[in-house]
Amino acid sequence: MRGDLTNPVPDVNEHSEEELLLNQWAEQDYAFGFVSDIEQDIVPKGLNEDVIRWISARKEEPSWLLDWRLKAYRHWLSMPTPEWAHLEIPAIDFQDISYYAAPKAAAKLNSLDELDPEIKSTYDKLGIPLEEQLILAGVAVDAVLDSVSVVTTYKEKLAEKGIIFCSFSEAVREHPDLVRKHLGKVVPYTDNYYAALNSAVFSDGSFVYIPKGVRCPMELSTYFRINAAGTGQFERTLIVADDDAYVSYLEGCTAPKRDENQLHAAVVELVAMNRSEIRYATVQNWYPGDAQGIGGIYNFVTKRGLCQGLASKISWTQVETGSAITWKYPSVVLLGDRSTGEFYSVALAARAQQADTGTKMIHIGKNTTSRIVSKGISAGRGQNAYRGLVKVRKTATNARNYSQCDSLLMGDRCGAHTYPYFEINCPDAQVEHEATTSKIEEDLLYYCQQRGLPTEEAIALIVNGYAKEVLDKLPMEFAVEARKLLAISLEGSVG
Amino acid sequence: MLEIIDLHASVDDKPILKGLNLQIRPGEVHAIMGPNGSGKSTLSHVLAGRPGYDVRGSVRFNGQDLLNLTPEERAWAGLFLAFQYPVEIPGVSNTNFMRSALNQVRSHRGLPALEAGDFLKIMREKAALVQLDPSFLSRPVNLGFSGGEKKRNEIFQMAMLDPQLAILDETDSGLDIDALRIVAEGVRKLRREDNSFLIITHYQRLLDHLRPDIVHVLMDGKIVRTGNDTLALELEEKGYDWLKAELA
Ligand SMILES: Nc1ncnc2c1ncn2[C@@H]1O[C@H](COP(=O)(O)OP(=O)(O)O)[C@@H](O)[C@H]1O
Ligand SMILES: [Mg+2]
Repeated sequence: MRGDLTNPVPDVNEHSEEELLLNQWAEQDYAFGFVSDIEQDIVPKGLNEDVIRWISARKEEPSWLLDWRLKAYRHWLSMPTPEWAHLEIPAIDFQDISYYAAPKAAAKLNSLDELDPEIKSTYDKLGIPLEEQLILAGVAVDAVLDSVSVVTTYKEKLAEKGIIFCSFSEAVREHPDLVRKHLGKVVPYTDNYYAALNSAVFSDGSFVYIPKGVRCPMELSTYFRINAAGTGQFERTLIVADDDAYVSYLEGCTAPKRDENQLHAAVVELVAMNRSEIRYATVQNWYPGDAQGIGGIYNFVTKRGLCQGLASKISWTQVETGSAITWKYPSVVLLGDRSTGEFYSVALAARAQQADTGTKMIHIGKNTTSRIVSKGISAGRGQNAYRGLVKVRKTATNARNYSQCDSLLMGDRCGAHTYPYFEINCPDAQVEHEATTSKIEEDLLYYCQQRGLPTEEAIALIVNGYAKEVLDKLPMEFAVEARKLLAISLEGSVG
Repeated sequence: MLEIIDLHASVDDKPILKGLNLQIRPGEVHAIMGPNGSGKSTLSHVLAGRPGYDVRGSVRFNGQDLLNLTPEERAWAGLFLAFQYPVEIPGVSNTNFMRSALNQVRSHRGLPALEAGDFLKIMREKAALVQLDPSFLSRPVNLGFSGGEKKRNEIFQMAMLDPQLAILDETDSGLDIDALRIVAEGVRKLRREDNSFLIITHYQRLLDHLRPDIVHVLMDGKIVRTGNDTLALELEEKGYDWLKAELA
């Protein structure tokens, strides 16, 4: 990245101005930390079979689902907490969490006008387009506040094409066969500790079904927000694209600023049939905690897609800027021949944040392809780890993988770690891996400043440039939001 | 406009500029020539505010104490440096870069931010001025540009930001004859009564186009001779040795 080869730059002083600014950025304020005053229907703290029965009854679930939850719970009890991620996780007291919180008036809504104005203003503050005119802009939104889905917009237009887009609870009531057929098939409750916990207590989330041959005409979007104190959020999302279907789905997340840590343990399952394509994008901005590491969301999420059909494609794109701790590996199982899996990630760990994220690409079918592009950004005392597994089974002849993992370090108190694992059991697999670690070169900053950009704006520009390949994968509106998120600090930090 | 008095600069205790004096008035074009390693680029970076130098002396720029300003404040005040080795910015398009830069510079000069349409219009106009192909505007800044393209991009940026004082550090090195003419034409069109240029060069060719008012020779960190454009011709013909001998 250096341009000036004949004039080596001397070492900077220990605490240069850039570094101070970098630290200010690392400690910038969280803009979504407000709390809404909404009447809540909360189950008392604690976890046992009665709580699970209570949740299931509350949601009027069929007995097969209750049985499944209880099996998951019993399995969870038998599991040790995972310790292998590059994270320092304080012991979580699972009895000190409330497993269900719902806004009281949420029961039956016929139109947007019936929505609790306080809820609506919460979403307005978040800038979520619930209003009709914004909906016309082409985004259909399912908003999940704490545990329940508050409103799903634009449902009718989608229904005309046979597309189902609704809350998970509603799907259980209205489309039980579809749910039963796919629930837990991609992520079984035995998969891991937090997947088991989620399966036992999950409250709501989104459900999407795209019928054969249908291209979903708009971006589908869910907005998750944790509002109630002392609660966890355990949402569950299931997306099924039938043969020759296409859908692009977006998920955004925020939470109020609190001193306590809140747990978010979601499960997302994607199923892609023959020649179908699912794009799943996340912009995650959960409250990250303060500079000392007090408060913030623990984000332990299991996301997995199954390319079940021939030539099917699943693509994960994520921009992770929030949470105190992130533990997340969106993965693709490439079962169908000629299927494709992609993972594009930007993960930022600033302040005292810890991020351990990456992907798994499991090649099973023939002629399968996967591509991984990971861009880590570490600032402040943030710790960022990329952990990726590329597994090529014996059956997966002619598999190809390309992985690129870049780390950007800002300041010298943060860390970046890369753990790429490869398990190749088929001799003709072509696997390529590249990794780089870089800093923002002082000459690059100086060049920008010489053109009139203040340091923070220069850094925002450089960081956005660094992440461009991933940001470009996001739909336009979200790309703009993601760019702002990455740069957000730079506004209040001019001293 | 610019007044440099007894400027010293060193890196790691190694003195590079050793008591340099220079004065530039509005509307003037000055050329600085001098052997490799004499401190020409160091002078331009010290003026632009690159960190890493120990600097002593006084530099006033339109009445302001230049040395007390950050690099961006110097840019806002109207100082521009066309780098000898322009830096690449991966993932940031020329367009985006210039929009951010121009809006910053404008806001500090009391001008409103430009509407997207107006901005694009100005950008196309300035690109045409240096015959920069519009495809370069959407490419990441300087990334994969040839040496000559980078230099042309520097002059394009200069035209966009409309500085009071532009320092061109060996902008002509690496340009072919046509590119040199285009760059020189571009600079000439930007000349006004109220802006000035400091052109660092080894070659007479650029000066033929630009007709500097004053030519200086920088050697071993000092200006050792100042004259008019016949001095440049003399240097082109005879090299620097006669001057060294004369000084010794
Ligand atoms: N950052 C630096 N560290 C050490 N030496 C430097 C540095 N920058 C310049 N120099 C030295 O200072 C002298 C002048 O360099 P420079 O200003 O680039 O010369 P010019 O542009 O006239 O060719 C050279 O000897 C060069 O090696
Ligand atoms: Mg030089």
